Amino acid sequence: MTGQTLSEKIFSRAAKVEARAGQFVMADIDCAMIHDITGPLAVKGFYEISGDDGRVWDASKIVMLFDHQVPADSIKAAENHQMLRRFAGEQGLLNYDVSEGVCHQVMPEKGHVLPGQLVVGSDSHTCTYGALGAFSTGIGSTDMASVLATGRLWFMVPRTLRLIAEGKLPSLVTSKDLVLRMIGDVGADGATYMACEFAGPTVSAMNMAERMTMANMAIEMGGKAGLVEPDDVTLRYIEERAAGQEINPIKGDDDAPCTVRTWEVDDLEPQVALPHNVDRVEPVGRVAGTKIDQVFLGSCTNGRFEDIELACRLMGNEPVARGVRMIVIPASRTEYLKVLRAGLVERLMEAGALVESPCCGPCMGGSFGLLGPGEACLSTSNRNFVGRQGSSEASVYLCSPATAGASAISGVITDPRDIQGR
Amino acid sequence: MPRAWKFGDDIDTDAIIPGRYLVMNDPEELAKHAFEGTRSQFAGQVEPGDVIVAGSNFGCGSSREHAPLALKGAGVKAVVSRSFARIFFRNSINVGLPLLVCDDVDMIRDGDRLSLDLDRGIIHNLDRLEDYNTTPLPPFLQEIVEAGGLIQYTKRQVGTA
Repeated sequence: MTGQTLSEKIFSRAAKVEARAGQFVMADIDCAMIHDITGPLAVKGFYEISGDDGRVWDASKIVMLFDHQVPADSIKAAENHQMLRRFAGEQGLLNYDVSEGVCHQVMPEKGHVLPGQLVVGSDSHTCTYGALGAFSTGIGSTDMASVLATGRLWFMVPRTLRLIAEGKLPSLVTSKDLVLRMIGDVGADGATYMACEFAGPTVSAMNMAERMTMANMAIEMGGKAGLVEPDDVTLRYIEERAAGQEINPIKGDDDAPCTVRTWEVDDLEPQVALPHNVDRVEPVGRVAGTKIDQVFLGSCTNGRFEDIELACRLMGNEPVARGVRMIVIPASRTEYLKVLRAGLVERLMEAGALVESPCCGPCMGGSFGLLGPGEACLSTSNRNFVGRQGSSEASVYLCSPATAGASAISGVITDPRDIQGR
Repeated sequence: MPRAWKFGDDIDTDAIIPGRYLVMNDPEELAKHAFEGTRSQFAGQVEPGDVIVAGSNFGCGSSREHAPLALKGAGVKAVVSRSFARIFFRNSINVGLPLLVCDDVDMIRDGDRLSLDLDRGIIHNLDRLEDYNTTPLPPFLQEIVEAGGLIQYTKRQVGTA
């Protein structure tokens, strides 16, 4: 019998069967996350299943928070928040409400995700938590309704695509550049239904913030999950946040069947995804000089302290270029405080940037920071689809925090390596 | 007569229903904004029973269930595509929007009149006098569809049906 992948082992534990790729299993969920956009439909579905006086399967395994329309930006959003607050109160759920930040930063940061767990969230970027060695995937509201009622969900056990990175990332080339390059090569549907396992010496050398950026983007190649096998970096991260919890760091077998692709990163350049597809990826040089109207530095992809610190390093003491709006949103309250205490909020404000409280911001395209027709935005977020950040006649370019910082002071898309030498 | 609305590859859920409408939860309200900004005539002209025919990776991106709900609210009978993105696929099965995986989507043109035999998984093209086969759902998923969607299926499991 051949070995099992990390994903197959997690499903074996969660479904109490020997899980193999392609098999349908009914699995027990370790933790479920809902937010203000997809939560209302999930709660409605829950009551349809369980009746008006229904109780959730296990209140201690469900986390609620609001991050997409925060603070409420319309009466409808406020009503959705009220409805969810009522549900959390009635059911005794942990509700972080509007105060903690973006779900995919808050969940790992508050110790709700552990290696080897099966976690679901009603948001496609739930794949982020795979950076901790969990199998974590986005589901829709009706799937979530069923989870809230039963604590179980059906899955097809995915095949595994191992994306191996070898070498050392050059200065000012980040994990975002690497994962954009991978998406460009694999394609927007190249990993559909697969577990994307990021591995190799380059990934082992990454800190947790960098790994979360990689896992976050797995969905942009169609992946069901993005995973990094747990190691010392993982355990250190967990110990600081979930001390005392039992940890089961599952690893895959060496002989487990999977598809392997390898990238050499020693000569990798900063990458940009051009409008309007995440897999239209080119080295930054191809679009250098493109005029931009807005820079968005934030999101579950690149809104951590490390990201903002890197962008600030590139900006130095220069002001944001004339005619450019720069919106900076730390991904969580915790990350915001780190940025604040390092003096970076002051520096950004002095440079003319807007520093907003933790939320999804312009990335969700329905709250604030929207683009008008013909405008171009350079964004550290994860999607550049038509209309994603406002007008369907606007353009969004995706990049790393280094490229965002360099471009914010130049007013045009800029290779961060050109700034450093100035 | 139901017609085909032809779309290309990688149609994402932001295109199907833009983020600014996710505060709405009613299928018919959502339907008024389906494909707004990417195919603006759709919402006004779509008729109940019409069929969406797309290339590969239909429904990629965000997990918003508002996307299949908007199409259902618009009266779309089914989506035919060479392949579907994973979350959209699950969501559609769960809310009872039929999906057909078909390799022959290139044979169908925008506006073709179609008749669907969902039980047998056959698409009749009445303008070109052609029939196309589709890939049947795995038996496990057929059970959910036959139950009338995931809510009904789960109600049976927990004994509230």
